[in-house]
Amino acid sequence: MKTFNYHSPKDVKTASKLSSTSSIFLAGGMTSIPSMKLGLATYKDVIDIKNIKKLSGIKVSGNSVTIGATTKHAEVASSKEIQKKIPSLSKLAGGIGDAQVRNRGTVGGSIANNDPSACYPSACMALNAIIHTNNRKIEAKNFFKDMFETVLKKGELIEAVEFKIPEKSNYQKHPNPASRYAIVGIYLAKHKKEVNVAVTGAKSVVYIDKDLSKALSSSFFSSAIEGMELDSSEMNSDIHASADYRASLVVTYAKKAVEAC
Amino acid sequence: MASLVGSRVERKEDKRLLTGKGRYTADINIANQTYAVFVRSPHARAKIKKIDISKALKASGVVEILTGEEIAADKIGGLIAGWAIRSEDGSEMKVPANPPLAKDSANFVGEPIAVVFAESLDEAKAAVDLVKVDYKVLKGVINTAEAMKGETIHDGIDKNLCYDWLLGDRKAVEDAFAKADKIIKVDLINNRCVPNAMEPRACVVDYNTASEEITLYTTSQNPHLSRLIMSAFGGVAPENKLRVVAPDVGGGFGSKINVYNEEIVCSWASKKIERPIKWVAERTESFLTDTHGRDHVTHAELAVTNDGKFLAFKNETIANLGAYARVFGTVTPTYLFGPCATGVYIIPAAYTNVKAVYTNTAPVDAYRGAGRPEATYTIERLVEKAALELGIDRTEIRMRNFPTEFPFKQTLVHTVDSGDYVAGLKKAKEMSDYAGFEVRRKKSEANGKLRGIGVSSYFEACGIAPSAVVMSLGCGVGLWESSEVRFNPTGQVSVYTGAHSHGQGHDTTFAQIAADELGVGLDVVDVVHGDTDKGTFGMGTYGSRSLAVGGIAIVNACRKIVAKGKRVAAKMLEVNEDEIDFKDGEFVVVKSNKKKTISEVAFACYLPGSRDSDFKSPLPEGEEPGLIETSFFDPSNFSFPAGSHIAEVEIDPETGEIKVEKYTAVDDFGKIVNPLVVEGQVHGGIAQGIGQALHENTKYDETGQLITASYMDYTIPRADNFPEFNLGFTCTHATSNPLGVKGCGEAGAIASPPTIMNAVIDALGGQEITMPATAEKVWKACKTMKKSNTKAA
Ligand SMILES: Cc1cc2nc3c(=O)[nH]c(=O)nc-3n(C[C@H](O)[C@H](O)[C@H](O)COP(=O)(O)OP(=O)(O)OC[C@H]3O[C@@H](n4cnc5c(N)ncnc54)[C@H](O)[C@@H]3O)c2cc1C
Repeated sequence: MKTFNYHSPKDVKTASKLSSTSSIFLAGGMTSIPSMKLGLATYKDVIDIKNIKKLSGIKVSGNSVTIGATTKHAEVASSKEIQKKIPSLSKLAGGIGDAQVRNRGTVGGSIANNDPSACYPSACMALNAIIHTNNRKIEAKNFFKDMFETVLKKGELIEAVEFKIPEKSNYQKHPNPASRYAIVGIYLAKHKKEVNVAVTGAKSVVYIDKDLSKALSSSFFSSAIEGMELDSSEMNSDIHASADYRASLVVTYAKKAVEAC
Repeated sequence: MASLVGSRVERKEDKRLLTGKGRYTADINIANQTYAVFVRSPHARAKIKKIDISKALKASGVVEILTGEEIAADKIGGLIAGWAIRSEDGSEMKVPANPPLAKDSANFVGEPIAVVFAESLDEAKAAVDLVKVDYKVLKGVINTAEAMKGETIHDGIDKNLCYDWLLGDRKAVEDAFAKADKIIKVDLINNRCVPNAMEPRACVVDYNTASEEITLYTTSQNPHLSRLIMSAFGGVAPENKLRVVAPDVGGGFGSKINVYNEEIVCSWASKKIERPIKWVAERTESFLTDTHGRDHVTHAELAVTNDGKFLAFKNETIANLGAYARVFGTVTPTYLFGPCATGVYIIPAAYTNVKAVYTNTAPVDAYRGAGRPEATYTIERLVEKAALELGIDRTEIRMRNFPTEFPFKQTLVHTVDSGDYVAGLKKAKEMSDYAGFEVRRKKSEANGKLRGIGVSSYFEACGIAPSAVVMSLGCGVGLWESSEVRFNPTGQVSVYTGAHSHGQGHDTTFAQIAADELGVGLDVVDVVHGDTDKGTFGMGTYGSRSLAVGGIAIVNACRKIVAKGKRVAAKMLEVNEDEIDFKDGEFVVVKSNKKKTISEVAFACYLPGSRDSDFKSPLPEGEEPGLIETSFFDPSNFSFPAGSHIAEVEIDPETGEIKVEKYTAVDDFGKIVNPLVVEGQVHGGIAQGIGQALHENTKYDETGQLITASYMDYTIPRADNFPEFNLGFTCTHATSNPLGVKGCGEAGAIASPPTIMNAVIDALGGQEITMPATAEKVWKACKTMKKSNTKAA
């Protein structure tokens, strides 16, 4: 690993000030440290944000759950409050990677990184999340741009993610057998006025599948989407799963999600 | 005294290993050491036109950079193939030179080209990026089945063919096939696996400028053999100036048998730069350069009668050796494979033909089971298919062809001394509730799932002996094992063994054997291994040989100690030797019950006299002082463990995911020294075999890049991929060694791939599918099945 300056600011303002075109925010380090170790990325300044107290913690209000950016997956998985309000979100966090990853990886890191096969982005999309940064609020549907790309500007820091509490929801993942990231992940949320089927892993970036969402909005039963065939032309294809297989998995896991609601 | 052999003694080494107190090669640091990082070929096949190290040499912290030019100039030898195999036409196998640093051409991605030594690891890595190698990239030969049609990789090795080997009688087979009612055929791929020892390879070299001795600490399964090879073929140093130490080693599975480029280069260079050197592989380096396993493409046929009798068998296999032939690379697909090809059955005529080919991929060598898993997979797929096509129950067809009398002389090579295949299969059927399967299948069906059951009966030939036989088959060394047992003056025992433990639990099992033989407590016995400066020369651990060969050397050395002890005790007790019995650590005069403990006798052996003894020695006339004995054991035959495994899987046809629901293994390992250790070996072996069957997918792209070179893409199975394994044992003693033991380390990995694949294929209604049976492949097969079912309806 190349040498760098390590900073550990206590507040958001200092963190933001320290950032430059050759810096990185360090949260759980589960993605950033391996990429530095492998020489895929080098930085002059590494700004550790874990000591900024404000960024961590879980708050529940009437219709939403707000999770601080540096809150760890393990905390979300074991939070009694989240288990009560949005159990599928705890389930999602509890199924990420392995115990070591869950004890270090964070919500903010996962979303900022926007890995096409990460789990959290699908929760943000399905649960109409609002991403709070140090200078604005961004709706999830406008946040994820393309693989590993978000609308975050240089120096912009995610402070918290606010998830809307749905009537019903469920997360289903077909894990990559090796890495256990999602080959396909389906986050299904039934809100008062709409049903969202958010899909991760299948394409270059998380998306809401309009056809599945529409079908389930009119009838919230798995029979409503039984036998549906999705267009696989934009789907990912790799050694673990072809595009056709992914397309089929999306429908299969959407059905499983409905049945589990 | 209760016998220790046979009891569930907890592993002595676990306290150390599980509390982080193991001492692995990477834990060793030597003052003033430099760090080695290798420049490796990024291409599968290329001519090396020029290497420019000028910029790298000037980089910070760089001590020295060496290339193939220097190593050739110093006449350091290359890596070797340990077995010479002859083709069917009598010609010798063709083996290319394999220099430790490639000089003229690189033949697989990851092959070492040059090496940088620097003051720190980071500096060495940075300098590696500055070494400029000018390559002329050539079209690589990657695919096993197509290798003979590809461009010639090594000058003078036509068709990339190392040998075209035959075992058996083609004519007899063809005659038998002509008389068959039915011929069962399979086309199989035995997928390439990366062994993935938990500890990556590493070496630390310390050159003593005063004594001119090189000490090499390394991750080896066989340090003595490594020294022999490095000295005799590498010319690195004479044996007396080369000490090889393999301290705690975190798994090998065959991948740490070979002496590798890095060990030779660092040993040679340490002397050259007069500095200690440390090299530790990164995980991706391990993926790229550890020897891989399997990689066969096979067409096989079984001739049968309508009532399920096997008449003849043939096997045509192409085996991928990778870029070079390594220590067990050439024997794995021949003598470790062909003789086991007919499995546990009476098959009057058989042949196996193997074409071993070179490709631009990592070298392939022994991997847990080495040849025997490939053989077992082939015959057990054929037998299962025969049962299906003939409409005979899969266990019944096996029973009909099992030998029931032992010794059983097989058609090809082996005479199997002992076994009871019928008892094993019967027990496995009972333990797995074979009879209740159809009820479980219906239950799964009701849940929209496909359930399948698979059986495999196997035997294997391990221990690999006697030396005279293996050497006549082309082995470059004798495969005996040695031990030295030192009974110390104050009553403890040090057992030196030439075998090497890298997970097998020898500290415990070997101590159990010695403690029983000598009648002492387990706590006073220490097992010492892994250092050429400690104990006698030994051949190391592979081929499930440690107990059946190495363990017996310990028994024999202990028996020599007891024999000498008896002579001394007789003198001390003033009786004749034949009046003394040795039991539970005591030499007892049968008539008078006067006795001496073995510790008292040992003490007397080292201190043969006393102040008031009137010059009288306790030692008989002509007996030397001390109590140290050595044995070299060369068994009369291989040992032949066998058994039957039964698995049930459930498939979700919508996703293609397979769940292994039940796994029952009944094995015959002869006398079992420690059931706890044996169960651990069986569990690990089954898990590894299921890994091959369902998960492990070594994938090179068409240019020869390994695209599964990390755990993000290469699936190692995890605990949640397995059910509780249900283990049972039967016992027939081996007759080729005095303990009656057989090897147990590889059996699980030999039996489980066909067991699982037979179950998967059963669930798929007989539809063939290749290993690894990944979810997508199974999903596709389920779709095909659904289509043909709809058509039929
Ligand atoms: C073996 C393994 C398995 C995994 N499996 C899964 C899985 O199944 N599903 C899944 O969803 N994920 C998985 N992950 C990813 C993991 O969950 C982490 O969430 C992810 O690696 C990033 O989180 P982190 O906190 O470690 O971020 P870091 O690695 O510290 O940072 C990642 C990126 O986000 C930026 N960043 C971090 N925090 C902020 C912030 N507050 N504001 C702005 N930018 C920020 C960093 O600058 C960096 O660019 C896995 C990771 C590993 C190593």
